[in-house]
Formats: sequence, C-alpha cells, structure tokens
Amino acid sequence: MAKRLDLKDVDIYYGDFHAVQDVNLSVAPRSVTSFIGPSGCGKSTVLRTLNRMHEEIPGARVDGEVLLDGEDIYARSSDAVSVRKTIGMVFQRPNPFPTMSIRDNVVAGLKLAGVRDKKKLDEVCEASLRGANLWKEVSERLDKPGGGLSGGQQQRLCIARAIAVQPDVLLMDEPCSALDPISTLAIEDLIDDLKKDYTIVIVTHNMQQAARVSDQTAFFNLEATGKPGKLVEIDDTATIFSNPKQQATEDYISGRFG
Amino acid sequence: MATTTGLDAPERPAGGPTFQPLSTGRKVKDRLATVLVVLAFLIAVVPLVWVLVTVVGRGIGAILSADWWGRSLSGVLPESFAGGVYHAIYGTLIQALLAAVIAVPIGIAAAVYLVEYGRGRLAKTTSFMVDILAGVPSIVAALFVFAAFISILGGVQSAFMVSLALVLLMLPVVIRNTEEMLRLVPDELREASYALGIPKWKTILRIVLPTALSGTVTGVMLALARVMGETAPVLVLVGYSQSINFDPFTGNMASLPLLMFSELSNPEAAGQYRIWGAALTLILIIMILQLGASVVSRFSAISK
Repeated sequence: MAKRLDLKDVDIYYGDFHAVQDVNLSVAPRSVTSFIGPSGCGKSTVLRTLNRMHEEIPGARVDGEVLLDGEDIYARSSDAVSVRKTIGMVFQRPNPFPTMSIRDNVVAGLKLAGVRDKKKLDEVCEASLRGANLWKEVSERLDKPGGGLSGGQQQRLCIARAIAVQPDVLLMDEPCSALDPISTLAIEDLIDDLKKDYTIVIVTHNMQQAARVSDQTAFFNLEATGKPGKLVEIDDTATIFSNPKQQATEDYISGRFG
Repeated sequence: MATTTGLDAPERPAGGPTFQPLSTGRKVKDRLATVLVVLAFLIAVVPLVWVLVTVVGRGIGAILSADWWGRSLSGVLPESFAGGVYHAIYGTLIQALLAAVIAVPIGIAAAVYLVEYGRGRLAKTTSFMVDILAGVPSIVAALFVFAAFISILGGVQSAFMVSLALVLLMLPVVIRNTEEMLRLVPDELREASYALGIPKWKTILRIVLPTALSGTVTGVMLALARVMGETAPVLVLVGYSQSINFDPFTGNMASLPLLMFSELSNPEAAGQYRIWGAALTLILIIMILQLGASVVSRFSAISK
C-alpha cells in the first residue's frame, strides 16, 4: 500500500504538440499533493500520465520516467492495465456505471477482474463504502442503481469504486468541481482520511481547497498559448501559499492572473 | 449597468405603457402559419389512415376466421374461403429470424470495430461500404445472392437464400444503429473502467455494450420489421408453396409477401380475401415487433 511517485524529466506530447515540458517532482507515500495552475497549463495532462490514462488519446506520448517506488510505469515490461490497477483515478464528473447497482459499481473492478466469491465482494463493498464515508447513506439500498444518488454521493461512490481495487496511489482530477460546498467538504474530509492509507495526487482549480487538503503543492504555468506547460514550483503547501520562491506563483495565488 | 446594486426599481419610460398590443399583421401571420402546419400534418396523416382503414376493413374478416392462424392453404381450392396462412407466417418469421441470427452478431461486431477500434483507412472503407450497402435496393441484394450462392456456388433456391439476402439488407441498419448507440455511451464510462484496471475488451463487453443494449435491441427489432415486408428476395430466391414447409434449407416455402403476390393471379374473390388478410397479418406482426421494441427500450433503459 501507498507507494512513492517520482517524475524524472517528463515531457508530454499530443501528436506534434508539446503539451508539458520537463516535469521533475516527487510525491511521498501517505501524503496529499495538489496541482494548481491556470486552465490549459497541463496539470490534468500530467495527472493522466501518472496512470497511463493519457495514452488513450490517439497520438499522445510521454518521454522521461514515471517511477512508482522506483519502477518505471512506462517500462516496456509494464502493462497499462496493471499500472491502472495500482494507480486508481477519480474523475472530474461523477461517472458511476449506469447499468449497475450501487453494490456492483463498488465492486466492478474486482468483479470484472474475475473475483466471484460473493462473501469477499460483500466485504470489500462494505469496507470501500465505509472508506468513502458513504456506507451509512446507502447500506439500505445497495441494489438500487448508482445513478439515483446525489452528485456528491455519486462522487463518493466513485471514490469507493476506486479504492475497492486497493490501489497504491489515488489520482483525483478536480473531484469537487461539479459539487456543491457541502459535498465538497465531505470529499475533503474523506481525502484527509484516505491519506492514512494512500498516496494522493489531486488537481484542483480551487486554491483554498489545495491549501486545506494538501501537504505539498505544485504550481504549473504556461508562458503563452501554444507553448508547453511547465512545473514552476513545488513545495510544502504552507510555503507555497505564504512565501513562494517564484514571482509567477505569488501572482497566481494572490489572484493577479489566472 | 455594472455599477447598479440591483436594488433600484427598473426605470420606466415616461408616458404610456411599455408593452404594445399584438399587431394585426402578426395575428394574421400566426393564423396563417398555424393553418399551414395543421394542413401539412393532415396531408401526411390522410394516406396513412386511409391505408390502415382499407387494410383493416378488407382483411379483418380473413384474420378473424377460425382457420386463419392455424391452417395452411394446402388442398384449398382457389375459390374457397377456407384455409389459413400459418405456412406463410412461419415462412416470414423463420426467414427473418435466420437473417437476424447472422446479421446481428456481424453487425454489432462491425459497429464495435468502427466505434472502439477503427482508425485509418480500413475503418473509413468499412464505413463507406456500409453506406453503399444501405443504398442497395432489395432486388439487387436478391440477385446478388442468386448469382453468388446459386449460380456460382451451386446452392438451391430455398428460404435460407432469402435469409441471406435479408442479411445484406439488415446489416447496414444494424451497424449504423449500433454505432449510434455506442457513440452515445460517454467516454467517461470507458475511462472509469480503464482506471479500475479493466482491459479494453472487457470494458467494451461488460460496460459499453450493456449501456447501449436497449438502443441496440430496439434497432435490431426495427430492422427486422423492415425486412419482413421485403418482396424481391422471396420472388427471386424461393418458390411458393401452398403447404407448410418447416425446413428453411430445402424446398419451397411461403411467406406473407410471396403469398400475396401469388394470390394476385387468383381471379376468384377468395384471392382478394387472402391478399387483404395476409396484408393485415403482416402489418400486425410488424406492429407487434415495433411495440416490442419500444417496450424493450422502456424497460431496459438506463435506470436513473
């Protein structure tokens, strides 16, 4: 559980377009790292390279190394499918499987991987829902479709689904941007709990959120439209928000642009 | 505007009300447009109702007779108001069923290829060919099957040959419809599945296809309804029979369109009676299929 992530000289391309240039950063196990920056700076792109989701887009490729506890996830010998089992992801918009019940949604990853043992599935289902702080709300209606839940509940269902396969790392791509403040608070509390067991990387547009939930913050920026995005600065969240080293970071967090 | 607090009452121009009464010109135009639209609707509905009323009026006697659904025309004299068409109903259903058994797997597989895997030249060519196939008249499909499977490969005329022609007619409909349904499945669901470490083929089989299922089934049933009334393939590819033939691979077999066509040469009043009865039967079968399609799409629709 909970492994360390290191990015070394990572360059990301979409076809000929150089999307992100030269990213070097490390994420410690059992910590929360947030990516902030203006739209289009490549923070989601970097996040998607961390579980090879990026390569689902035709023409996309990555140079450099992404190491999970020293093992390159882009190595020839590593299969994207097994990488994604190890590094889970929660998306911007809640996306429960519409044809499945709440229970089936949670255990979808296991069930489709061939786990049949009903007792084990039930256990994992309950543990994951408890882990995602949703058990009390849905334990009476596990057989109802997941689409019937509220947006915030659906997002927690998606988090339960992601942790049910017991990944080492959890990536979150703006998990609260489609949610109301109360649901956002629920997810933020949850992130704080999940930190005990998982390495978490979260992309957010909300700087207060980054300040609230993360231990470490990375600021991405791009010089101009059409130029590749860059990692400007990465440091402890407290330092980034109180005493950043780069002028651009200070401008961004104080709201002067972006 | 940007500086107002939004608390002031909106200013009203001095003198007279703000809103003007509806002008006569616009009233007239409104009436005219309404009349035109209603008229167009009536023109479209009249032939439909006319056909239905005629077919029901003339065919109802036949289909309500005791033997209609349970007997064939075997041994029934041309002038006799007796016998039934179950041999033709069986023919229509078995030919369509065989066509579906072949066309549905191929069609769904082709659609999955086009949506999930297809890139580059092969996909473009496939898509283009599907468009061409969709434009092929049924008589051409029938003659192609005759030329390829009977003249060249040495097959015999049979109900199965009809099914092969129907496959050609069904395929583009099934492919296009399934394609539409698969494209409606949001990419987010595919990504959610990939993110759980589920391989692509399993994602398609267990997430994407089930999500698109109801639309796909509806499309298949509509395609079936469409090909059931096809007449050219049965004229070219199978002989008519007055009696039941359960074997689709050998011998003559009746079907509803073929029965109607062959009774056209029956000068007796009973011929007319059988034609209208068969026409109404065909419409009923197709209607049941379409109702079935809408029930399927309602019940298995993505549950909210």
